[in-house]
Amino acid sequence: MLDAAIETTLGELTLSASLEVDAGEVVAVLGPNGAGKTTLLRALAGLVPVRTGRVVLDGDVLEDTATGRCVPPERRRLGVVFQDYVLFPHLDVRENVAFGLRCQGAPRHQAHAEAERWLARLGLTAHARTRPGRLSGGQQQKVALARALAARPRMILLDEPLSALDVAARAELRRELGDVLRSFAGVRLVVTHDPLEARALADRFVILEHGRVVQTGTPAEVTARPRSAYVARLVGVNLLRGRGEGDLVRLPDGGALVAPGAGFGDVLAVIHPSAVALHREHPHGTPRNVWRGVVEGVELYENRVRVRIGGPRALVAEVTPAAVSDLGLDRGGEVWMSVKATEIETYPA
Amino acid sequence: MTNDRGRRERTPVAVPRTFLLLAAVACGLFALPLAGLVLRAPWDRAATELGTPEVREALRLSLVCSLSATALAVLLGLPLGWVLARVDRPGIGLLRGLVMLPVVLPPVVGGIALLVAFGRRGIVGALLERGFGVSLPFTTAGAVLAETFVAMPFFVLTLEGALRALDLRLEDAARTLGAPPWTVLLRVTLPLLKTSLVAGAVLCWARALGEFGATITFAGNFPGRTQTLPLAVYVALETRPEAAFLLSLVLLLVSLLVLVALRRRWLWIS
Repeated sequence: MLDAAIETTLGELTLSASLEVDAGEVVAVLGPNGAGKTTLLRALAGLVPVRTGRVVLDGDVLEDTATGRCVPPERRRLGVVFQDYVLFPHLDVRENVAFGLRCQGAPRHQAHAEAERWLARLGLTAHARTRPGRLSGGQQQKVALARALAARPRMILLDEPLSALDVAARAELRRELGDVLRSFAGVRLVVTHDPLEARALADRFVILEHGRVVQTGTPAEVTARPRSAYVARLVGVNLLRGRGEGDLVRLPDGGALVAPGAGFGDVLAVIHPSAVALHREHPHGTPRNVWRGVVEGVELYENRVRVRIGGPRALVAEVTPAAVSDLGLDRGGEVWMSVKATEIETYPA
Repeated sequence: MTNDRGRRERTPVAVPRTFLLLAAVACGLFALPLAGLVLRAPWDRAATELGTPEVREALRLSLVCSLSATALAVLLGLPLGWVLARVDRPGIGLLRGLVMLPVVLPPVVGGIALLVAFGRRGIVGALLERGFGVSLPFTTAGAVLAETFVAMPFFVLTLEGALRALDLRLEDAARTLGAPPWTVLLRVTLPLLKTSLVAGAVLCWARALGEFGATITFAGNFPGRTQTLPLAVYVALETRPEAAFLLSLVLLLVSLLVLVALRRRWLWIS
């Protein structure tokens, strides 16, 4: 397992993060651009200096600023899959994959045989003697994966493994990458800004913002109780922050949410977009939370439609395509929103 | 390649005639001296003039000195270029200026500076003489040193540019795969720089082959010891000008061949 707590400064970013990854799980480090994801990965690999902290992998201290220990990258036995692959352009595919074993002193024929086994597994046998520059993006990504894994690392770090690929290649490779990751016995860490990718590959999320870990948990936990506006957007829910007053949440703009059991003190309230009902006129009946707003955007997601509503209470609602035409929703049109009090999940901020 | 093709498929760009005329004048400036040499050279006596022992000796010495200077420049220039490209410390800019200096300095001044440093009474020269009994001025080794001094910047600057353009993550990738620094250098960095290394070394060699000022100042003009081809041309001009034309043509031809070869293979395409 990996146990890391590091602090380092790179340019304007100060990264201060701790991270634990068990051998049995795949962890995704999620965060917006510039959050320090790649810096974290490079620090774990020993490619950027760590100011203070400790990195321990399977009981082996790789870095400890307290004792001055710092194992150089070539002796950490990690596999890194870099963003846009970074294959050696002057070596053919087989030599790329065999590179790690050759560095470890394996004889050429043995390293080549092992590389060919990896290429066969990933369906690249026909390209063994090709230069990587002639391969498609998806094929290059597979070679990068094979190159990292053929060196028998104790931990594999992937930096945005699918982001450089076109949509079709991405879906196909996501499946294959998932299979390969599941069969790898060591520590697995994927850095990404894409929640779909993270969901497909990882068992647990670590969310990084401005160089700090803001939340960790399973995808279900993170979706149920996001801790920041970024996380809420990432998992696609509405998040409001306010002060609990028993069964009411007082919002900073003066408005309020009726939410039974909100408690007291600073609270966060999650409203799932599908819990936001839309109406043409002021609704009558049970809903206690009713607001008026203006439609700012309508986007189709598979068989659901996401409606972005602006106004004093900006929310995202998710409705059926039929509802969109029934309600005559158009950009700039006025609309009423209602949310049942029992559909609002509150928890301490 | 696609660029080349795209350019050929377009209709010619409209250019003012005067502009083209100036281009023709420029061409003449380069081509006429060459034509003059070709016309005035005593072709009937070429074999005998170029076959004299002095000429053969100068040619041999030129090849030995320029190739040794190139080898020395590659050996020392590789680490120096690496430092210039990769080390980020105050003073690196000054160091780069120092390395550039021989390119813009009149070679004679370079030769004088070398005398001050490596002459028999020079700062380093005196130590070398007393400590090891080695004296550089007016020896073949001195000629090699003078040529290295003038030509090495061409190699170092070519290398530095290529190193800067290299994706550092390629070296990172090699390290995470278990390659220690020497392996990274030999199996990743240098192979990736191959074309630039060759281009830089050939430029450096061509400059060393033509070196005159620093060599004559620091190493003198001793046939068989320090009299390289350019020096022989200079001497011949006083006594047998037509032989000088022939020798000049030899030098010119070699330089032209180098440039044409480089143009196609490395300089513009890579």
